[in-house]
Amino acid sequence: MSKPTTNAGPFFPRDRNWHPPALSPNYKTSVLRSPQKALLSLGNTISETTGPVFGHNMLGELDHDLVQNYAKPGESAQGERIIVHGHVLDEEAKPVPNALVEVWQANAGGRYRHKKDDYLAPLDPNFGGCGRVITDENGYYAFRTVRPGPYPWPNGVNDWRPSHIHFSLFGSGFAQRLITQMYFEGDPHIPLCPIVRTINDPAAIEMLVAKLDMNHCVPMDARAYRFDIVLRGRRSTMFENRMEGN
Amino acid sequence: MTKLEYLKESPSQTAGPYVHIGCTPNFIGNTGIFKEDLGARMMNEQTKGQRITIKGRVFDGTGTPLKDAMLEIWQADSEGLFNSPSEMRGEADPNFTGWGRQPVNLDSGEFCFETVKPGAVPFPDGRPQAPHINFWIVARGINLGLNTRMYFPEEEEANAADPVLGRVEHRVRVSTLIAKQSGDTYTFDIYIQGDNETVFFDI
Ligand SMILES: [Fe+2]
Repeated sequence: MSKPTTNAGPFFPRDRNWHPPALSPNYKTSVLRSPQKALLSLGNTISETTGPVFGHNMLGELDHDLVQNYAKPGESAQGERIIVHGHVLDEEAKPVPNALVEVWQANAGGRYRHKKDDYLAPLDPNFGGCGRVITDENGYYAFRTVRPGPYPWPNGVNDWRPSHIHFSLFGSGFAQRLITQMYFEGDPHIPLCPIVRTINDPAAIEMLVAKLDMNHCVPMDARAYRFDIVLRGRRSTMFENRMEGN
Repeated sequence: MTKLEYLKESPSQTAGPYVHIGCTPNFIGNTGIFKEDLGARMMNEQTKGQRITIKGRVFDGTGTPLKDAMLEIWQADSEGLFNSPSEMRGEADPNFTGWGRQPVNLDSGEFCFETVKPGAVPFPDGRPQAPHINFWIVARGINLGLNTRMYFPEEEEANAADPVLGRVEHRVRVSTLIAKQSGDTYTFDIYIQGDNETVFFDI
């Protein structure tokens, strides 16, 4: 794990107008949870450019299969069976291999397996709602699950989340860390959702909308959705980390 | 004709209140899927260095601790080396991961990391950085993870010369990045808003 294998320069600066602003008053919880002072621009030191590596050997056999990984033997999760797959790329469109992709979601009825979720839709005894994969050498990942249901949440009096899957991504450096959400093409709740609408640019929102991918459906079994993810790119170290005259 | 063709980074969305389901399922009793929660253990008996405990809470603008936050830390080993493939300066302690992940307690809001005190690491221009630990904080209501650093109060001299702390224009805010020490236990409270707002970084 400690062999010097990658020559990793600083990450491209984050476009903070592209990401949602910390304070988004229509998403009420952000009001008291948003820094009010300016961020201190740091660029990257070695503390930011480095990061841990997650090996494929840490994965269990069913980590990528949410239909099965909480189900009793011979049973499976209820709902629309889907495959979610895509590439993890950086801003230069280079694949990000060995990225850790962790996902979590509500069940087909919109209920989370979490002690703090008391939505009246029932739990599915065969669905845990959690999975993880590591991208292969081409940055590709895939997992199988059921399509999560929309659910109401206390923000406005009648706010509903679109069907969505939460994604956590760990690329090659700590400054590349990202959590986001995947939505489903054609869901009428997407433009109504105050959390989606924390993002200002429609083109940015579009990046989070997975597309029905008929080519990767498994006939008579599961439909497929394609969801590519882009992590921060990084500079070459060729001109970095040298004092003038050294 | 040269064209600059870059992709945009996928935009962030909040981790929401149920981040545990995916990141620390065993912590909320969703057992049987993953053997153990990733990042829960950073060391073993062979790990070199001074064992320390880091505790703290994350406070909102009213001074109420967040009950649904998750924190990750990343740090050098006791010699100042990172257990990372991009560490070119030497071989880090193989018994120390350098990476930790902890949710806050669902009732008290307290987080706790068991780790070792990191050594100093260089700034890009070669000057030493004082020993520090990088923090990343996500929660419901946080649209993009917050980055900050924890420094050590007993490292007065190194902190005074630290090039990152040196960039904090309003010197009264430097103290928000320095933990409080009691033996081998450090308390690092994080204030998202208010008079004591922690310095957060755009890295
Ligand atoms: Fe959700």
